[in-house]
Amino acid sequence: MIINHPLLGPRDAQEFTYLGDAGLMNRPYWLSETALQQFHDYLYLRKNPAGEHRELWFHEQGDRSWLVVTRNTTTHEILRVELARDVALANKAANTSQEPQQ
Amino acid sequence: MRYSAFGLIKEALSGHKGWRPQWRDAAPQAAYDYVIIGGGGHGLATAYYLAKEFGGARIAVLEKGWIGGGNVGRNTTIIRSNYLLDGNEPFYEFSLKLWENLEQDLNYNAMVSQRGILNLIHSDAQRDAARRRGNAMILNGSDAELLDADGVRAMYPFLNFDDARFPIKGGLLHRRGGTVRHDAVAWGYARGADLRGVDIIQNCEVTGLRIESGKVLGVETSRGYIGAGKVGVSVAGNSSRLMALADMRLPIESHVLQAFVSEGLKPFIPGVITYGAGHFYCSQSDKGGLVFGGDIDMYNSYAQRGNLPVVEDVVESGISLIPALGRARLLRSWGGIMDMSMDGSPFIDKTHIEGLYFNGGWCYGGFKATPAAGYCFAHLLKTDRPHETATAYRLDRFMSGHMIDEKGQGAQPNLH
Repeated sequence: MIINHPLLGPRDAQEFTYLGDAGLMNRPYWLSETALQQFHDYLYLRKNPAGEHRELWFHEQGDRSWLVVTRNTTTHEILRVELARDVALANKAANTSQEPQQ
Repeated sequence: MRYSAFGLIKEALSGHKGWRPQWRDAAPQAAYDYVIIGGGGHGLATAYYLAKEFGGARIAVLEKGWIGGGNVGRNTTIIRSNYLLDGNEPFYEFSLKLWENLEQDLNYNAMVSQRGILNLIHSDAQRDAARRRGNAMILNGSDAELLDADGVRAMYPFLNFDDARFPIKGGLLHRRGGTVRHDAVAWGYARGADLRGVDIIQNCEVTGLRIESGKVLGVETSRGYIGAGKVGVSVAGNSSRLMALADMRLPIESHVLQAFVSEGLKPFIPGVITYGAGHFYCSQSDKGGLVFGGDIDMYNSYAQRGNLPVVEDVVESGISLIPALGRARLLRSWGGIMDMSMDGSPFIDKTHIEGLYFNGGWCYGGFKATPAAGYCFAHLLKTDRPHETATAYRLDRFMSGHMIDEKGQGAQPNLH
């Protein structure tokens, strides 16, 4: 597989290590009333879809950036690649505009 | 029709005109007491033991394609009982005992061959771990022998003993482990279940679960609605997709594992060898092909094929252990979809929905578990209580802190 890195261009997937579902970026709030259940679900449960999957890849043998890769798990086709930093900032902006987190 | 040497001779002399199909191609009825989703090794074994051991009820096995077309047809055919932890080893020992009696039980030649499995040791730390594992196995009624380098050399003189990086220092030998003709397992269980009245319904894909007020009533399929008293899901590889029909998320990711077979060679590997340094295991089939495999491809996948970097990695490992492998040509490779669970161990459990039961999360160890998984799942379906060897395989074990993590890897499915 070739991952089209937003900064470095097309790179072999072998340069990367894989973490899993991009939902792992959204850590639950640790002081929440339901933190125990939330952390259980966060850590252990997965949607594991057949089809489009947003997932985290780490460019370990390259610039050591984290990427959010949208990939089809039935065909291995890569549909979109974003810097995880950009995704995190966008998430943060979206959350702060709705309600304060803490 | 009961198979025997006498019957075989009779058919040979009369032009093989008397053979009959081994199971009926059943059409779905309106309702069953038990519906098993998934006509693989585990689903068929579940139906077989449910019919045989736990009383005659109306049982159906639903399969979206043809039976035995999933992971029971896509593995490296190894059976073994060499686990460390208490939650696992009694279960796999139970499974191995069922394998040992499988052919008599099913009246079917599944070519169960207890040719022995050797786990190689390359360091002092590995020897300590192997000794501990061997003791745990013996305590649970299995067998284990610790060999030194000379003991391994006597068995497999062609291994790369004096590799500078990973010299072979010994091995843990599990003599009762071995291989089985994988397709015959599916066929044998299908025939046994069919003889006891189980309907095996192929080309029947489950598209929905009918659930009302917390109770399952039946399944929607591509061949119409089928009512069910209890529904057992046994579709490893696609567990997350199926349980999503009941709005459940599972502690499972699907990953592809590739395996390979070489061209046919004269017999030179009598048993199964696993490499303690690389992730590589190899045996030789009765047709002469070397059957081997290694790591999963490491990322979520539902494609029944992998990518080339892992092929290269597996072959490199293989040649570093068995240099002679470099002279053989690769004949075929295939990929199976694994239910990689969060602690590397499976689930055989009830769900929070009444009448809905789940068997899955087998990682790449599902084949050896087939008889016990079928037996224990049937036990659970019938009695609503787990079988004594499968009490640890609960879906809520991450919440209660009772993980069964053989390798201590944590919640990283691709590392198990």
